[in-house]
Amino acid sequence: MTQLFGIPVAVILGQLMLGLVNGSFYAMLSLGLAVIFGLMRVVNFAHGAFYALGAFAALLGLQKLGIGYWPALVLAPLAVGALGILVERLLLRHLYQLDPLYGLLLTFGLALMVEGSLHQLFGSSGESYPVPAQLQGVFNLGFMILPIYRAWVILASIIVCFSTWFVIERTRLGATLRAATENAPLLQAFGVNVPLLVAATYGGGVALAALAGVLSAPVILVNSDMGSSLVVVVFAVVVIGGMGSILGSIVSGLALGMIEGLTKVAYPEASNIVVFVIMALVLILRPAGLFGRE
Amino acid sequence: MTVEFLRVSDLHAFYGESHILHGVDFTVNRGEVVTLLGRNGAGRTTTLKALLGLVGSRSGSVMINGREAIALPPHRIAHLGVGYCPEERGIYACLSAEENLLLAPPVGSGGLSLAELYAMFPNLAERREIQGTRLSGGEQQMLAVARILRTGARLLLLDEISEGLAPVIVQALARTIQALRERGYTIVMVEQNFRFAAPLADRFYVMEHGRIVEGFAAAQLPGKMAMLHEFLGV
Repeated sequence: MTQLFGIPVAVILGQLMLGLVNGSFYAMLSLGLAVIFGLMRVVNFAHGAFYALGAFAALLGLQKLGIGYWPALVLAPLAVGALGILVERLLLRHLYQLDPLYGLLLTFGLALMVEGSLHQLFGSSGESYPVPAQLQGVFNLGFMILPIYRAWVILASIIVCFSTWFVIERTRLGATLRAATENAPLLQAFGVNVPLLVAATYGGGVALAALAGVLSAPVILVNSDMGSSLVVVVFAVVVIGGMGSILGSIVSGLALGMIEGLTKVAYPEASNIVVFVIMALVLILRPAGLFGRE
Repeated sequence: MTVEFLRVSDLHAFYGESHILHGVDFTVNRGEVVTLLGRNGAGRTTTLKALLGLVGSRSGSVMINGREAIALPPHRIAHLGVGYCPEERGIYACLSAEENLLLAPPVGSGGLSLAELYAMFPNLAERREIQGTRLSGGEQQMLAVARILRTGARLLLLDEISEGLAPVIVQALARTIQALRERGYTIVMVEQNFRFAAPLADRFYVMEHGRIVEGFAAAQLPGKMAMLHEFLGV
């Protein structure tokens, strides 16, 4: 069998693939965080909770209402996005005049409430979500086995991330969003309904998290802690990419997933901390992040 | 026939605890060019911002085209047909020149097309792909004016548009204002540059300590020069 540094290539490729799947979730979550932070200066600690809500919405939709995977892929993000808009209108908007720390505390509290409620309602053991029939099975690439569902997660995430980047960087709506990030009061004086734009952005950001939650449901155990364990890594990804940078969060999300995967092969003991070591290095050498503006 | 387009009555404005405007009263008729004169800190810029709701809080009355705007949020005020060119020009660094130009949504009918604006400001056409803040000061000012002409705004609030620009650019801006007046725009200008404002304005208001202290028509200007010397040092 072909080996690289004494490790079978198939093992390396397998971990790279798993890392890319994780990286796909990092990218989608950190993208939403970056957009929300860029426009609202809110460090959205509830992002992991919205991710979990996306997965639970898909699970409950299937169990209680018979809503399958494909409709859930659209309906769960819509429902969670609507909830996000409600949170923004009822709670967050009162905090914009205050120190950003208050937004962080509020969203942290929300995350605890959502996760506590999920724990109370569904217990801690977790439930599995079936892989949709169309995506079962594997591709045998000869040099490695690629489960079709995992390939789909990577593909879907890249499409979603690229589309989001395209909308923000290349369309009129995106230009308005970028302008609001730079100088919102003037934009509002030009006649743009900035409060609506802010609410929609928050809703869109958390809908992305929910979409990641639905995509992840068939590859993980759906449980109340799934968000909190992920969101810490995602925040590190955002810091590494540069707070508020769209491209930064996509690239760092995918790259760090792969680095994590490779670390699992080379030195498994370090795989849980490698992202944070990189974050520390980035903070020391380039505090604005790899893609952030100094 | 004179039709009132803007009536400001007893306008007070506050930033936090500081009370900046102390009961501003003035009117602007449709198609008029009106200039607010006064020293730095007299409250002229704050008056424009207060018209748009861009101050901490405000009270009094702002009637725009027959509609009371004092309780409206800024984006609703803009849709009464108001265009704003801020003192710092407000060109967005994250947008190209053309994206800056296309940024403001339509707030009325009859806005100028992109082609008309590029004919009016040929420099902007050449530089459309450049990052907005990389344009020269004069070009940025042209862009800030052009941006609100595209929206169909009929009331233009122009804050110190001649400030810090070369004389040849200032002359070009003066011709632009003249052309806009001929097209029937209603314009409120805040100007430090009296020589720029004097030949353009139909009427003048003088501000001091957050109030209007004097108002007169262009024809009365020669008789007011002594007073202006005293207030403005011009």
